[in-house]
Amino acid sequence: MSEQAKAPPPKPASYLYVRHALPVRAMHWINVVSLTVLLMSGLMIFNAHPSLTWGKSSYTGRPPVFEITALRTNSGQLIGVTRIFGHQFDTTGVLGVSAGPNGKPTLIAFPQWLTIPSSYSLAAARLWHIFFAWMLMFNGLAYVAYALTSRHLQRNLLPTRTDWRGIGQSIRDHIRLKHPQGEAAKHYNVLQKLSYVVVIFVLLPLIILTGWAMSPKLNSIWPGWVDAFGGRQSARTVHFVVAWLLVGFVAIHVFEVIVSGFWNHLRSMITGHYRITDPQRKTRP
Amino acid sequence: MTKARNRLGVTPEALAKRRFLTRTLGGTGALLLAGCDKLNQSSAFKKVLSTGEVLSENVHRLAAGPGSMAQEFSAADLSPSFRGNGNTNPASAEYKALAANGFADWKLVVDGLVEQPGAWSLEQLRAMPSRTQITRHDCVEGWSAIGQWTGAPLAQLLALVKPKPEARYVVFHCADSFGSARYYESIDMDDAYHPQTLLAYALNGQTLPVTNGAPLRLRVERQLGYKHAKYLMRLELVNDFSRIGGGHGGYWEDQGYQWYAGI
Repeated sequence: MSEQAKAPPPKPASYLYVRHALPVRAMHWINVVSLTVLLMSGLMIFNAHPSLTWGKSSYTGRPPVFEITALRTNSGQLIGVTRIFGHQFDTTGVLGVSAGPNGKPTLIAFPQWLTIPSSYSLAAARLWHIFFAWMLMFNGLAYVAYALTSRHLQRNLLPTRTDWRGIGQSIRDHIRLKHPQGEAAKHYNVLQKLSYVVVIFVLLPLIILTGWAMSPKLNSIWPGWVDAFGGRQSARTVHFVVAWLLVGFVAIHVFEVIVSGFWNHLRSMITGHYRITDPQRKTRP
Repeated sequence: MTKARNRLGVTPEALAKRRFLTRTLGGTGALLLAGCDKLNQSSAFKKVLSTGEVLSENVHRLAAGPGSMAQEFSAADLSPSFRGNGNTNPASAEYKALAANGFADWKLVVDGLVEQPGAWSLEQLRAMPSRTQITRHDCVEGWSAIGQWTGAPLAQLLALVKPKPEARYVVFHCADSFGSARYYESIDMDDAYHPQTLLAYALNGQTLPVTNGAPLRLRVERQLGYKHAKYLMRLELVNDFSRIGGGHGGYWEDQGYQWYAGI
């Protein structure tokens, strides 16, 4: 912001406004913590049986759709192997075989630097996972209640008719990393709105439901409901895929935050204040 | 005043910011992992985390009720072979001797807080009214297998031994062990009287194989696999399991797994 020193500046054409209400900020960061722990403890849980099948059980006579394993070559070398729909990839170093805490090749599906806890412990990972699953769920319920009653959903998240008409332009703008400036930056753009709505109302409910689907006790509430996902093991597969879709969302989300003004966005998610700058002044903070 | 910029037109301040950012992210990741591992070693923190499990147990109990039925499947859903996990061939001399004789000398002892303790041979258990069910076995590791189980509902045996009013759990003592620790498990009376809770002696229409728990194993269908104790030797009714084994109600529970295995 301090780089414009060429001409005497016109009157400060930028100002701060409250972009995110306190409940949204608090719930955003609770989500950050919960989803991070859920992913990392979930990968540890996956490491206990690093294989995904489609169907009611794991042993249906059909091979897994996804599998991380390891082989030992004739020369005694360990290689990590990942199979997707029968296609085999050498993933040594990352999946199947990776460096353990002492640097030695370790037989483990997801590497230990990516799991909670970092040493193999299914019991501990389940403790973490289930605690933070409750946290995510309470946070999600509170969020939906807040978004409806404060009209945050209706006002800020649901795309308007104008939004829908501008979707083509928005896609082109995103590809060129062009972002709304000035007053236009006060509203979420249509792709942003759609991605939030999909995460909130599709991906997160889906990952919660498929999580429940893995519980034998919850299965018994209404025997057969799990078949809506294609069976218990299919539900586990969907749970895993949705987890990575959420990782994909976070990656794009953080990327967009960085390219459209990292500090401005970060501040607005902490203190609420976001700076709007007159687009005539082409400054890049 | 012009500020030094590099080829990309980035000021040193912006570069410093970027460096700070990448370092912060990398550092946060490492700290997060180290922090989580530290927390993981704290028993107080584990207590906090286990409130999640306690919440699950209570909510599930309310949502499902004592009599909810596990899903039953058709013969078309049977797994081609039923995976054996954990111990698949108990090493004790006592068990080997029983197995060598086709379990003809084996008897299931039932004692503890009951009016009429006793012992039942495999023959006597087979003579009781039986139940056959095709159910899915969900291992805590994440895999599932579907098998057809035949056995005597535990409720029938309980009717014979008449539990005392103070009995709260059935403890299953097994013939297998991990190292020097005998396998054992425990369930509450809701599960004990549940119609799908069986003392199973047959799998897929055949005599229960040693791999899967011969001569007798527990089926407690609304919970994970480690609850389904194999190689049963003795059932003990208790009002508290804190003096049995490591005190947590089961072998895996003593290793940090949850007593409630419905999730």
